[in-house]
Amino acid sequence: MSEPKTKYDRQLRIWGELGQAALEEASICLLNCGPTGSEALKNLVLGGVGSITIVDGSKVEIGDLGNNFMVDETSVGQSKAKSACAFLQELNDAVKAKFIEENPDTLIITNPSFFSQFTLVIATQLVEDSMVKLDRICREANVKLVFVRSYGLAGFVRVSVKEHTIIDSKPDHFLDDLRLNNPWPELKSFVETIDLNVSDPAAHKHIPYVVILVKMADEWTRSHNGNLPSTREEKKEFKDLVKSKMISMDEDNYKEAIEAAFKVFAPRGISSEIQQISNDSCSEPSSNSSDFWVMVAALKEFVSNEGDGEAPLEGSIPDMTSTTEHYINLQKIYQAKAEADFLVIEERVKNILKKIGRDSSSISKPIIKSFCKNARKLKVCRYRMVEDEFTNPSVTEIQKCLADEDYSGAMGFYILLRAVDRFTANYNKFPGQFDGGMDEDISRLKTTALSLLTDLGCNGSVLPDDLINEMCRFGASELHVVAAFIGGIASQEVIKLVTKQFVPMLGTYIFNGIDHKSQLLAL
Amino acid sequence: MADLEAPQSKSRDLDKLLLRAGNLVGPDFYPGTEVKALISQLSIVSSSFSDFVIRLLSLRVLVVGAGGLGCELLKDLALSGFRNLDVIDMDRIEVTNLNRQFLFRLEDVGKPKAEIAAKRVMERVSGVEIVPHFSRIEDKELEFYNNFNIIALGLDSIEARRYINGVACGFLEYDEDDTPRRETIKPMVDGGTEGFKGHARVIVPGVTPCFECTIWLFPPQVKFPLCTLAETPRNAAHCIEYAHLIKWHEVHGGKSFDPDEPEHMKWVYDEAVKRAELFGIPGVTYSLTQGVVKNIIPAIASTNAIISAACALETLKIVSGCSKTLANYLTYNGGEGLHTKVTEFVRDKDCLVCGPGILIELDTSVTLQKFIDMLEEHPKLLLSKASVKHGKDSLYMQAPPVLEEMHRPNLSKSLYDLMGRVQKDTVHVFGTALKNEEKQSSLTKLRVVFKGADGVADMDTAIGA
Repeated sequence: MSEPKTKYDRQLRIWGELGQAALEEASICLLNCGPTGSEALKNLVLGGVGSITIVDGSKVEIGDLGNNFMVDETSVGQSKAKSACAFLQELNDAVKAKFIEENPDTLIITNPSFFSQFTLVIATQLVEDSMVKLDRICREANVKLVFVRSYGLAGFVRVSVKEHTIIDSKPDHFLDDLRLNNPWPELKSFVETIDLNVSDPAAHKHIPYVVILVKMADEWTRSHNGNLPSTREEKKEFKDLVKSKMISMDEDNYKEAIEAAFKVFAPRGISSEIQQISNDSCSEPSSNSSDFWVMVAALKEFVSNEGDGEAPLEGSIPDMTSTTEHYINLQKIYQAKAEADFLVIEERVKNILKKIGRDSSSISKPIIKSFCKNARKLKVCRYRMVEDEFTNPSVTEIQKCLADEDYSGAMGFYILLRAVDRFTANYNKFPGQFDGGMDEDISRLKTTALSLLTDLGCNGSVLPDDLINEMCRFGASELHVVAAFIGGIASQEVIKLVTKQFVPMLGTYIFNGIDHKSQLLAL
Repeated sequence: MADLEAPQSKSRDLDKLLLRAGNLVGPDFYPGTEVKALISQLSIVSSSFSDFVIRLLSLRVLVVGAGGLGCELLKDLALSGFRNLDVIDMDRIEVTNLNRQFLFRLEDVGKPKAEIAAKRVMERVSGVEIVPHFSRIEDKELEFYNNFNIIALGLDSIEARRYINGVACGFLEYDEDDTPRRETIKPMVDGGTEGFKGHARVIVPGVTPCFECTIWLFPPQVKFPLCTLAETPRNAAHCIEYAHLIKWHEVHGGKSFDPDEPEHMKWVYDEAVKRAELFGIPGVTYSLTQGVVKNIIPAIASTNAIISAACALETLKIVSGCSKTLANYLTYNGGEGLHTKVTEFVRDKDCLVCGPGILIELDTSVTLQKFIDMLEEHPKLLLSKASVKHGKDSLYMQAPPVLEEMHRPNLSKSLYDLMGRVQKDTVHVFGTALKNEEKQSSLTKLRVVFKGADGVADMDTAIGA
C-alpha cells in the first residue's frame, strides 16, 4: 500500500475510496479560528480534505494561549489565522492550507461572493445577525454551511443546507432484504430443490435458514388464506412450527431460523419513508432534477411495475450456517436478481434522462448500481433557513421542551444563547464578559431572555434562574474542552455532508456541558 | 473599565469557570483568586493558599494510552489548567495512526508514542510537565498508580481497562460500615470509540459502578467455529481466518504468527486467496485480511476528539467541582443523525473489584500455602497461581523466579503472623481466574477475618457474610 493510503487506512474502512475522494476534492472555509474553529478544522485536515481557507482578522493574545492548541507564545501579537494555518498545515502536507486576515463579519457584508468558491463553510462564534446574513449568501450560492458556537459550558451546532440527499446512508441496524415472505421465481425454485426432511443429519443441519424460512412462510400462508403471522400468538406458533422441524438440539441452522423468524413477519413492499420520498414533488423529473431525483423517479416506476411493490433487491445475504455449496448458490441467486433489477432501473433512468433532454448516459453505472443497492435506505434532509427558525420557531416544541426534565436544560441554553446576542446588541458586551456588575448583567439577561420568549410567542414561559446565572458566569468564555467537543461534532457533520454518506443531524444540537443532557432540537 | 486594562492571563477563559461562584456546581467548589494564582503563577506556592488550592497544586493525572484518545486527552488536560501529567503507552508510532493521532508526524514512525506525545504537548503549551512512560501498564508497580489523583483512560482493549480498573479499585478502603474512605478513592474517566460512535464515563470507585460492575456493556467478541473455517467456509473472513489460524500452524509449525510482520500478513493473504478461489468465494482483499487478523477497529479523528473532550471536561469537574459531574455514562452516536444519551448505571454491590471485598474467615493457624490453595477452590474466585499482597508488602509472588524464591519461605508461615497478627485486614490476590470459560488475569480484593482473634465473633455477624 502506498503511504497516503496506509495513512488513511482506519478511515477508508469507514467511508471507502469514494468517501475519501469526496473529502480530497472538498474546499472548506473556516470563519474564526478560535479553539472551536481550529479543533473542527484539525479533524478535517487529519482526514485529508482538499483545501482549507481560514478567515480571521484577530491577533493572537495571551489569553488565546490558554485555550487554543494552534497558537503558541511565539505567535502572540501576530495574525491568529496565520498561526493556526501554519500549525494545521503541519498535520498533513497533502492539504492546501491558506488564510485571509480579515474579520468574517466584515467579509460577509463587503464580499458575499467570496463564499461561492467553497464546498462548505464552517462558521464559528458568529452572532445572530451575521449568521442570518451568511445563511442567505450560502443558500443562494448553493454552498453547504455549518454553524458552530462554544459558550462557556454550552454551545450549538447547526447545519444549513437547502437539500442534502443521501444514497449510502449506512444505517446501524437495517433489516436484510431477503424476501423470505415474497420470494421471486428463481429463489422459489432453488428452495424447492432442497428437502427439509433429508435423512442425512449432516445435510439437515446445513440447510441455510433462508431456505427453511421461505419454505415455512409458504407453508404458513397456504394454510392462513395468504396471510403472514401477525399476532403474538401466531408469531409464537410460527416459531414453534420451525422448531418442530429440528431433528437434534445442536442444529445451529434451525436456531438461526428461529432467531430470524421476525424477518418473515416484516411487511412486504417499501417502507413509509421510501414511499414519502417517492411521493416528493421533486420525484417528477424535469430538466432541473438532480441525479438523485432522476433515479428516484426511476425507482418509483420500478416499484409500480417490475418491482410489484418492492424496491430493487439489495443482493447480499448475511452469513449463515450452511454448506459452502448451498451458500454460494444462494448468494448467486440473490446477486443475479439484484443485477436484473439494476438493468431495469438503468434502462428507466436512461429513458427519463432522454425525456428531460439530458445525455442518457450522464449518470454512471456505478452510481445507479449503488442507488439500487441502497434503494431502501435513501435519505433526504432539508433544513430551514436560520432566519425562519429565528423569527418563527415551533412554539409548541419550545414549550414542550422547557417542561420536559430531559430537554429543559438544552432548550434553556438555546434561548439563552440567542438572548446573549440580543444582550450584546444592546449593551455592547456579553453578559458577565467582565468581572464587575455581575448582578446587573444577570437581571438584564433575564429580562432579555423573557422578552425574546415573548417575541417568539412563548408568553408565560420562564427559564430557571440557576441557568441564567450560569450563562452570566460563563461570560462568553471559549473553553478548550468545550471547543474540542463541539468542534469535533461539527467536523463529523462536515464529513457526512461532504462524503454524502451517513446521515447528518437534523435540527440544532445544543451542548449542555453541565450534566451532558445535550439534545437535538427540531425547531 | 479597569478589567480591560488588567494584563491578560493565559487562563482568561478558564478563569470564568474557576474564579466565579455558580449555582450548578459540585459540593466541593471553592472559587477564588487562589485558583487563579494556581493557574498563572504556579511557582509561587504560598502558605496563604486554601486546602482546595493546595489539593489542585499537587494534583497529578495519569493518562493511560497515547493513541487516538490519549493524544487528545493530553492536549485537552494541558489546556484545562492541569500542570502535572504522566502518560503511559507501550506502543510505537505507526503510519496508520497519522489520520487521527495528531501529535505524531511521518518522521516519528517507529518512535514510542508516549515520549513523542509528551514532547509535542510540552512544546506547544508552556508550563505543563508531562512525564512519559514507554512501558506496559502491567510492568509498573502498583504503587506507581497510587501517585495519581485521577486516571484518564484512552484505551482500545477491554483487558487493559479491566487491569487499570482493578488497580484503581485496589486502593479503595472501606470503613467498618462499608462506606468508602474518601482519601482512598481514585476516580477514573474512561473513553472509547469505534467509527462514528463512542462513550465517555466517570468511575468513582465505591460510589459509581466500576468497569467490572458493568462488564456486560462489552459483548464478547464473535469468533468463528473452527469447523466452519475447516469445512464449510462461506465468506472472505472465513478464508482469511483459515489461513491465519489453521494453515499457518500446519505449514510453519512452532513459528508463531506476527501480525506486524508484513511478510506474515502477505502469506496469510495469499493462502486466503487460494482458499477463496477453491470454494468460489469472493471478496478477499489485503485490507480485509489485515482487518480480520488484527481485529482492526475503524477510527477517525472527530470521534476521538469528541469523546476525549468529554473525558477531559469531567476530569476538570471532578478535581475542581466547577460544575456537576456526569452521572455516569455518556453514549455518543453520530452515524445516523446525532444521538447523545446519559445513563446512570448502578453499582454491583457484590462486585469483586470495587465492592468491600470478599469476606474470608480463617483460623489463625492457616498457612499462606493453605490460603493460596483455598483461593483455587473458592467458588467466587477460582483463582489459580495466586500472588498475595498485604498493603505494600508482597507475601508471595509467583514470578519472576528470583522473587518467587525470595518469598517461598512465607508459604509455610501462618497468614495471621504474616499480616502482623491483626484480627482483620484486606489482602489483594493476583492470579489467573476462570471467567466465562476463559483464563484471565485477575486482581481481587479479599477481606480476611481471623476467627479466634479478639472480638471477632461480633464482627462476623456485623459483616453478614
